[in-house]
Amino acid sequence: MILVVDLSYRPGSLSADEFVTPVGRIVRGGGFIPRIRHYTALAREEIAHADGAILCGTALADFGYLGGLKNFAWLASFPRPVLGICAGMQVIARIHGGEVYPGAGIGMMEQRVVAPDPLLPGRDRFAAYELHGLGVIPPATFLTLVVSPSGAQAIRHREKPVYGVMFHPEVRNEWLIRGFLSLCRPSGRSGDGLIGVEGEEGT
Amino acid sequence: MRIGVLFSGGKDSAFACHRAMEREEVACLITVLAENPESYLFHTPNTGFAALQAEAAGLPLVTTSSRGVEEEEVADLSLAISRGVEEHGIEGVVTGAIHSVYQATRVQRVCHDLGLWCFNPLWQRDEEEHLEEVVSSGFRFLVSAVSAGPLGEAWLGREVDRPALGELKDIARRHRMNPAGEGGEYETFVLDAPFFRKRIEILAASREYRGDRGIFRIADARLVPR
Repeated sequence: MILVVDLSYRPGSLSADEFVTPVGRIVRGGGFIPRIRHYTALAREEIAHADGAILCGTALADFGYLGGLKNFAWLASFPRPVLGICAGMQVIARIHGGEVYPGAGIGMMEQRVVAPDPLLPGRDRFAAYELHGLGVIPPATFLTLVVSPSGAQAIRHREKPVYGVMFHPEVRNEWLIRGFLSLCRPSGRSGDGLIGVEGEEGT
Repeated sequence: MRIGVLFSGGKDSAFACHRAMEREEVACLITVLAENPESYLFHTPNTGFAALQAEAAGLPLVTTSSRGVEEEEVADLSLAISRGVEEHGIEGVVTGAIHSVYQATRVQRVCHDLGLWCFNPLWQRDEEEHLEEVVSSGFRFLVSAVSAGPLGEAWLGREVDRPALGELKDIARRHRMNPAGEGGEYETFVLDAPFFRKRIEILAASREYRGDRGIFRIADARLVPR
């Protein structure tokens, strides 16, 4: 089961249709059960049973998640892979000591890989859809993997499979999410894991 | 949150409006009347009847005109949205974009510049599933324009009911056409929607078809009880 975390301004928002549902569909297509939860409504038990977590983006005008960072304290000790998308990358940066700054990027932008990583197999450059009002200064514990004219676009923790991408891979770059899923090995704990073991769950 | 829906009168913007009404307060519809049928950004057939659709929905309509010239369209869109802010106090905009990065990027930029929220509730949907949901949700719509060979003159003015939907999906698969028509393969006009108080009855229309392109041009229509 993959926790698909909704960072939008309230549960069941219009932004969830746009930024969370598409990620859930890709997770399901990758053979995992997506468990979609708003960031204010995560249960400790769900976190403990997740094979990985994806923090989704939200609307360009939405910054509420940065005021609720205490809801993400679990990330610091979460032992499985994490992928933060856009707002999710900002959250990952902030809770690990990084900073955010005003820096908008809107539209398809050329991305340049500056450090190889299993998540970016065989890619030097690619185009990706950016939609962010803030940029990220990565924490010292993170490596910058991808840059674009609007700043750091992908980062990874130096010791853990914790990633952040500022662009939206659910648009035209689904391969990146599928690659992330391949890092999320089913835990084997009872009732968890792949589609076919238990039914899909939503909000 | 008070929302303005970018409304072309077609199935996608109408369905996006439906989704927006489930979650926020839709304060107005916003329609840009483009003079150029080749407009990159705006849907063009029958937008003159958006006022009748708005009346059917019981919603105010903001309209502006555009020459439909690519370099000017973003400014025209910005003007239309600004009028929604001034006249109806909207704080955000909803679009019916599904996969069009071209369209979504431009609306996002305009909203960002105006300090507004932007929502694309149909974003990245599977087009076939989307069409199924539109039809099964009670929307009634017809094909108002075609510009792809596989969709010939017989489709002009045809209502997309369940049998037509099956044919459309089959044609789309065989010809690798976008089944939702977001690339302009076809356009639609909504006759009835779950949020309409009355439905639209077309009283007079004509078909124009040349090469592999055609328009079902509505000349007269009225509201009737649903």
